[in-house]
Amino acid sequence: MWRFIGRRLLVSALLVFVVSFLTFLLQAVTPGDTARMILGYNYTPEAYHELRARLGLDQPVLVQYVHWLGNALHGDLGTSPISGVSVASEILKRLPVTLSLVVLATAVTALVGVGLGVLGAVRGRGTARLVDVLSLGGYALPNFWLALVLVTVFAVTIPLLPATGYVPLSSGPGRWLAYLILPVTTLVLQGVAVFARHTRDSMRDVLSRDFVTMLRANGIPERSIVFRHALRNAAIPTVTVAGLTFIGLFSGTVFIESVFAMPGLGGLAVQATTSHDLPTIQGVVVVFTVIVVLVNLAVDLAYGWLNPKVRVS
Amino acid sequence: MTALEESAAGAARTARPGRAAHPHGAWRTALARPLGRVAVAYLALLVVCSALAPVLAPYRPTATDLDHILSLPSGAHPLGTDALGRDVLSRLLYGGRTSLVDAALAVGVGMAVALAAGLLAGYFGGWLDRGFTWLVDVMLAIPVIVTLLAVLAVIGNSMSAAMIALGVLVAPGIARVVRGATLAVRNELYISAARVSGLPHRHIVVRHVLPRVAGPVLVQASLLAGGALLMDAGLSYLGLGARPPAPTWGNMISEAAGVIDRQPWLLVPPGVVLGLAILAFGLLGDVLRDTSAERTTRRLAPARPVPVTGRKVVEPTTALLSARNVTISVPGPDAPVRVVEGLDLDIGPGECVGLVGETGCGKTITARSVLGLLPPGAAVTAGSIRFDGVDLATASRATLTGLRGTRIAMVFQDPGTSLDPVVTAGRHVAELVRRHHGGSRARVRARTMELLRSVGFPEPEQVAGRYPHQLSGGMAQRVAIAMALAGEPRLLIADEPTTALDVTVQAGILGLLRDLQRDNDMAILLISHDLRIIATMCDRAYVMYAGHVVESGDVAGMFRNPAHPYTDGLLRSAPRRATPGEHLTAIPGTVPPPGSWPVGCHFAARCLLATDECRAAPVPVARLRPPRRTRCLHFDELSGGRA
Amino acid sequence: MTGPLLDIRDLRVRFPGRVRGRRTVVTAVDGVSLSVDEGETLGLVGESGSGKSTIGNAVLGLVRPTSGSVWFRGENISRLPPGRRRELGRVIQVVFQDPYSSLNPSRTIGQTLGEPLRHAHRLPRRVADARVRDMLRQVGLPADAVGRYPAEFSGGQRQRIAIARAFVLEPRLVVCDEPTSALDLSVQAQILNLLLDLQREHGMSYLFISHDIDVVRHMSHRIAVLLGGRLVEQGRAATVTRTPRHPYTRSLLGAVLPVVDPGDPTVANPETVRTTLPPPAPGTVADAAWGSG
Repeated sequence: MWRFIGRRLLVSALLVFVVSFLTFLLQAVTPGDTARMILGYNYTPEAYHELRARLGLDQPVLVQYVHWLGNALHGDLGTSPISGVSVASEILKRLPVTLSLVVLATAVTALVGVGLGVLGAVRGRGTARLVDVLSLGGYALPNFWLALVLVTVFAVTIPLLPATGYVPLSSGPGRWLAYLILPVTTLVLQGVAVFARHTRDSMRDVLSRDFVTMLRANGIPERSIVFRHALRNAAIPTVTVAGLTFIGLFSGTVFIESVFAMPGLGGLAVQATTSHDLPTIQGVVVVFTVIVVLVNLAVDLAYGWLNPKVRVS
Repeated sequence: MTALEESAAGAARTARPGRAAHPHGAWRTALARPLGRVAVAYLALLVVCSALAPVLAPYRPTATDLDHILSLPSGAHPLGTDALGRDVLSRLLYGGRTSLVDAALAVGVGMAVALAAGLLAGYFGGWLDRGFTWLVDVMLAIPVIVTLLAVLAVIGNSMSAAMIALGVLVAPGIARVVRGATLAVRNELYISAARVSGLPHRHIVVRHVLPRVAGPVLVQASLLAGGALLMDAGLSYLGLGARPPAPTWGNMISEAAGVIDRQPWLLVPPGVVLGLAILAFGLLGDVLRDTSAERTTRRLAPARPVPVTGRKVVEPTTALLSARNVTISVPGPDAPVRVVEGLDLDIGPGECVGLVGETGCGKTITARSVLGLLPPGAAVTAGSIRFDGVDLATASRATLTGLRGTRIAMVFQDPGTSLDPVVTAGRHVAELVRRHHGGSRARVRARTMELLRSVGFPEPEQVAGRYPHQLSGGMAQRVAIAMALAGEPRLLIADEPTTALDVTVQAGILGLLRDLQRDNDMAILLISHDLRIIATMCDRAYVMYAGHVVESGDVAGMFRNPAHPYTDGLLRSAPRRATPGEHLTAIPGTVPPPGSWPVGCHFAARCLLATDECRAAPVPVARLRPPRRTRCLHFDELSGGRA
Repeated sequence: MTGPLLDIRDLRVRFPGRVRGRRTVVTAVDGVSLSVDEGETLGLVGESGSGKSTIGNAVLGLVRPTSGSVWFRGENISRLPPGRRRELGRVIQVVFQDPYSSLNPSRTIGQTLGEPLRHAHRLPRRVADARVRDMLRQVGLPADAVGRYPAEFSGGQRQRIAIARAFVLEPRLVVCDEPTSALDLSVQAQILNLLLDLQREHGMSYLFISHDIDVVRHMSHRIAVLLGGRLVEQGRAATVTRTPRHPYTRSLLGAVLPVVDPGDPTVANPETVRTTLPPPAPGTVADAAWGSG
């Protein structure tokens, strides 16, 4: 097990290198020039060279990368040429916003999703169809559009909740929650149906297996079969879905934070992209990758814990 | 955006190619479904309208009309106007061009990369496959959206670059699906046969593998198209991609967002058109998945019990279980199909009774009907199954649940799948002990160990902590038997209990069953296709053929002197008694499937004794010297009929 | 040409595998030497995991031996370039166990049978079609089967089709890998009879693999018994089954439960029953034990 985790971490570290290096490489092989993009159309050659030197763009890519990597290992992800702020501190400041949004949304999604999924598998047609319809809706409607509709209804038409913004938990859990309700609801609507559908499919799969017939034939009551046996088995693939949901919702924040003007990582990524702020976007990509890797690792561990076949080895 | 993750997560479900008879017709079958047709029609409409936008659009997409801003739909502007008075319909049509071309680019790139990589890795395997798997694992951890943002930050506003990058980034997930499908096909024996025949790899990949992975590939392409549309709209919503005033669906939504307090209607047209397009791709994917996995969702007509008329009196019998005139039907395409007809069967207390027959003769479904465990839609449509004064055929669910385990228990064919993989052997047994007897933890534990010891584990503590995958087939079957014994049943139904086991293990399990029967005075209904097993184990046996019990009686007499030509033929087919290298006496022809049984004797078509009389009408059961019976008109021409 | 048709010398096959979840190297075949003469049937008998199918696959080139060699007509075929290996398809063929997985469900019977003739051995269409029709007739299938799909046939019929595919190339050696294990008893007899007829007519050799010692004894001239990848006993079929030397062979024979004596020779039977019953088969202890059940 520890060897497995070790190998996994090694691969992950490698992945972070690869991804960060690719962004550098991309920069080198593209015809455009970041300095020029930042400066716009009117600039003097002096300003151009000065900016290039400041960004380190006058050096070979490999040198730039090694330099960046050395700093990154010490927690220094560079400084934004646009705002002049340290990328690492900016990310640290914004991470709690995004995490509270995603963790809350994933938890709600998982709870509702498992409930609907189990109902769909056990109760049959009605619930199953509801889940189908919901999941198609969640799949098809762009989350930013859904968010706008929610804002229109619950903030503009009926002014129940704040339309945009975010306050930290320290200014009161009630207020914190009020600002999170709409964005979290959007994310849940996006993720819950897929979750429910996967849970339902794996429950159905388990319930049709031979051992369920065996248990039934020898007198185990239905309730025990569903909750004690089927759910435990169905939990194994569902953990993977939970991980995917977390990652999906995490990526979804790129759009959601823009709609709700929340000061999170997703918003930062968009800002950095439109202003061609390379150090910042590189920092965000690295942090996103690290989080995806950590979630995958957590999923693998949970998987091993739930599945005796993996656990023993 | 979960659309993309969904396509990756769906991998597990789509990875197996179906056993459809003509899977290359996946498109055709998809189109035969109403939903598939609607989806394809909508997408076709979108493509045509976008292509013809210059002709169809009433206005130029950038023409402003500041006198009519933010208007609702009207005759002049069918979908209203935006904040600059531009016609929404025209902008939608022009916006569609950009979106669809972008999506096509992502799908083209993604599928090309995925198909090539997945096919190669899946078909050739080896180091190619290991490298592939490793690379995919790494690539799948790349966060798609922020990486796209990084690409756009570096390259500048080029949606084409973003879409190519999107294709490359999602390709690993799709490639894994393709690899899975390829691997499944590659493991089919017909691929081995083709290789043995000397067919070149290229031929095998093109003619055998590709058509069978086409289904999953189309599903993935469809899901990717939906995801790409979504991503395209999302990026342009964020202000990346085509610059205003050029219209895209995404920037129409973001423009609408600026004026939601004044004209919320503007959110509707782009949202609905985009949502429907993604939905159409998603539905298409679903329909394709269903057809390529060939989950038969055709509505089958379920069987319903017919009230039994007359013959209500049940003769008092000493039998433990007594089935009379049982008919079982399963759902069929048009009407229910009978799989068991007019079955009579008795089991006395402590007796071991065999039910023998070939695949599809109805023996397993008969056994299941006793416990009320028929598959959905199947039902006992006539007759009665009496056990302890209760008619099991009409008993309530609660009654049946109460009987299971305590009065009648069952063990199944494949011990590998009849235990819950996440529960230890000990817990399996303990759960049933607790259910049937209750008691303190210590007592449950003690009883569990006792049961495990009684099925042949001298050190039960060791076995109790093991998970099913740590047990051999024979051990797992012993655990299953211990579970069945937990409620001290009077009757144990054993459905092919040793068929999945090696012959040397088989003998041990059969010996155990016989000991248990003797020691606990428990009756056994032993179901098997193997005459040798029935002959060693049972006192009496019933021979089934195509839904009928064709012959029954004491095993010794019946197998030595059969009174039905089918029993006789089966015994002669066995190679044990024949001279090596000589012809075996085979029964000609094949078993007629349920639904196409003849009116008369079901065996007539394969019988050398058959006469017109046999084919004309149902053959009654003839009673020979008790307990022998036969469903044959010509039994006196066989040795058993004369004895 | 002297010497055996097929000669397996000290064959070893190892796979990377898992035992109880742990990664190890599994030795599927461990130093097996066997030979098959022209027109002979060698039976390979053993339980699951004995390596019998792996030996078959090594002969067919589907598995690469770790060491040792496989010789066919004096040529070492265990490490052949792919081109030469493909040519061998004409002379070495296979019938697999599962008649469902061994036929491509999306191709017609005609396509499946004609494919090796046309694409691997470049016969003109007309010749190939004639051969296919002739072969179908020999295995007892109607000529109109050519245009039909596997789903339209029963398990026994599919196995006839699989046999037709193997024999259409007129091979000299056919590996029969559990050809009747998925079939019911009454159909098994038909298929075994067909295999015997074809051998009698064309004189090819069989490597006959099965877990059922009764079936192997019926089909084989010689029998080799495998246990855990090793050969424990080999010899003439009658000798091995009548006087087994190795205890494992004895347990295999003993584990086979007695089968009943069909028909009593003292009772005269009409046409369904052959009046002259076969002479008593090589008796086993189990047979004698047959009594009241």
